[in-house]
Amino acid sequence: MDLVYQLATQLYPAFATWPAWLTVTIAVLISGGILMTLVALGPIVYVYAERKISAFMQDRLGPMRVGPYGLLQTIADTIKLLLKEAIFPRDVEKSLFVLGPCLVVTGAFLALVVLPLGSRLQVVDLNVGLLFVVAASSLSTVGLIMAGWASNNKYSLFGAMRSAAQIVSYEIPEILALLTVVMIVGSLSLQQIVWSQAGGIQNWMLFRYFPLMHVAFAVFCLAGLAECNRTPFDIPEAESELVAGFHTEYSGFFFAMFFMAEYTEMFVISVVASVLFLGGWHAPVPAWQQIGPVGLGPAWLVAKAWALILVMMWLRWTLPRLRVDQLMHVAWKVLLPVALGLTVVIGGLLVIPATRDGFPWDPFCFPITLAAIAVPLLRAAFAARRWQARRDAELAR
Amino acid sequence: MASPTQATGGFGWQIEDLDTDEMILNMGPQHPSTHGVLRLELRTDGEVVKAARPHIGYLHRCFEKHAENVDYPGVIPYTDRLDYVASMGNSLGYALAVEKLMGIEVAPYVQTIRVLMAELQRIASHAVAIGTYGMDMGAFTPFLHLLRDREKILDLFEWTSGARLLYNYNWIGGVSYDLPDGFARACRDFLDEFERITHPELMDLLIGNKIFVKRTAEIGVLPIEVGIAYDLTGPNLRGSGASYDLRKDEPYCGYETYDFQVCSGQGRYGPVGSCFERNWVRALEMAESVKIVRQALDRIEKMEHTPVQEKCPKRVKPPKGEVYFRTEAPRGQLGFYVVADGAGVNPYRVRVKSPCFTAMGVFHVLAKGMLIADVVALIGSLDIVLGEIDR
Repeated sequence: MDLVYQLATQLYPAFATWPAWLTVTIAVLISGGILMTLVALGPIVYVYAERKISAFMQDRLGPMRVGPYGLLQTIADTIKLLLKEAIFPRDVEKSLFVLGPCLVVTGAFLALVVLPLGSRLQVVDLNVGLLFVVAASSLSTVGLIMAGWASNNKYSLFGAMRSAAQIVSYEIPEILALLTVVMIVGSLSLQQIVWSQAGGIQNWMLFRYFPLMHVAFAVFCLAGLAECNRTPFDIPEAESELVAGFHTEYSGFFFAMFFMAEYTEMFVISVVASVLFLGGWHAPVPAWQQIGPVGLGPAWLVAKAWALILVMMWLRWTLPRLRVDQLMHVAWKVLLPVALGLTVVIGGLLVIPATRDGFPWDPFCFPITLAAIAVPLLRAAFAARRWQARRDAELAR
Repeated sequence: MASPTQATGGFGWQIEDLDTDEMILNMGPQHPSTHGVLRLELRTDGEVVKAARPHIGYLHRCFEKHAENVDYPGVIPYTDRLDYVASMGNSLGYALAVEKLMGIEVAPYVQTIRVLMAELQRIASHAVAIGTYGMDMGAFTPFLHLLRDREKILDLFEWTSGARLLYNYNWIGGVSYDLPDGFARACRDFLDEFERITHPELMDLLIGNKIFVKRTAEIGVLPIEVGIAYDLTGPNLRGSGASYDLRKDEPYCGYETYDFQVCSGQGRYGPVGSCFERNWVRALEMAESVKIVRQALDRIEKMEHTPVQEKCPKRVKPPKGEVYFRTEAPRGQLGFYVVADGAGVNPYRVRVKSPCFTAMGVFHVLAKGMLIADVVALIGSLDIVLGEIDR
């Protein structure tokens, strides 16, 4: 927003003399519009990525026909969805039926306003930014319930009820996990949280208070996965049980809105996770922060977020779905006590002077984590290479 | 009603007080996981199913009446359409029944081909069963892995019989085509790949997955007595711990000479007879079938190759009489009851005892008190094919 403001005053000096409410509104509208357009195009990329990733995991090619390597497939699908008739079944509550998807999309996109995509690339840096993100993403629950109820379909109703129960349950551990970071930084402003992690990868939140923040990150990711209604927590739209859950009756543009909201929400959760735990737009090594005059902050953030999205897709195509009661079990009996314990312990550690700035072994934490992740991954990769070689040999015989 | 404080140890309420209005939920016939056109009428209270009633008949094609109006060989294409996921097994059962009626004894070579085809079909059928079951649980990837291998079996079938789904392969007194040259090698290649890659991957990715086990190992428990009372057969009954397989107990086609194990539920992760056990039995049976196919291939290579239609009668006109013959189809015991009047060339009556129909019969017993998600898991574990239920 500041950037737009400065740009406008440079181009048209009289802009600064306009009343404040007008300048602020214009600046927010312009920057928000740009950001939203960019992010709204995101789902096109994610859908393509999801289809390709699932295809490679399932030993097939995925979209190949539309454009080179099927690159234009999602664009074609989007056009098809937009041109399709939006069917309103006879007994739906029409106004709520329309309002539902609108609210879902609003909830998903509203959070984008405060996300710090770069040190200056942010629509507005609210001092309660994190609270705003959580509040905005809860808004989509209202939309889901509205859509499910207004559809006047039993499957939709089941889906809506499940989604309400799920999001209410998972928001608590999610917020408690966020709270650990907030306590360490002492601020709810996302930009300040990012700044507090400056100076290289060892300063990222993930690598402080060695095992504790790892657990917090895991809790946040699990709860975030449930917030996005992704497998293994996709019971609100469980295809094999509830046909399509809350969006059973939707078609055409309104269906596309749900789709867009889902993928945007994935992006939001991933960005929040990267901002809170993975250093936001900071490069792992301070020297990589920019190439000459070009800052790479947004690229780093998007790279981190996409890596998390990749993990989400990977999980989706690997794991079966949980049952409703098991889902509640995970939320209330596993994640909640863990998150609560974390909050208490980290709060205590922050009070003790000796551990106010982290454990003494924290500097060694990064190599340990790296090894813990890299060794199994490399082993799996080598095993897969050997497997592939053997299979090729089998088939060639 | 008893005093509430008594029932709950003083908390002042009991679980029935939480009951709300019941809702009738029609699952199907166009539901993604009723495995065909099955309609389930569920009386639900929230997510809990209070009562379930299956409605069948959407796919009724009058098989038994049709069979009375065509001659004996003409019934074979119709039998293919009973359990369209495992056509080979159906036509084999019918052909064996009519052969028994006419007293035809086929050559060992033909018998071996039949065993080979039936076991390949069992692998393909179980691949679909387990794959779709995984999909019911929300795991999509194993389904495509298994279908990829099923395609290879279908390629072998197409190479042999010219068809990929409805083969019309087992004829009365023989089979329609001899095995093509190089079949054994192609089949071995497939078996190697299946045994070394797909099957271990399946066991790791789906069967051993903790979420999958948690979801299936405790639900739909079918005690062995109930299973026998409802006439469940095949993997459904073996999942309850019974070691009962017609290939061992009433061998046909020379199954007694093959070396294989009958797999039954062990109760490794939960009670014996749960949805998980039924599925686990299927997964193990695939490995056993691979063993049988390998043995059959070995024999075929050593054996004298007689013409496959040597014993096919020119005119199929059995003497007056009736016969009941049952075989172990992939989904359980498939029985054909054929009555011949000795006068016409058409069967007087053909009756099918289908394993899926009896499996559907136990559904309402097991579904009571389940969650909706478990109902889907239950249908999948019973592995029904509506083509065979409705006929």
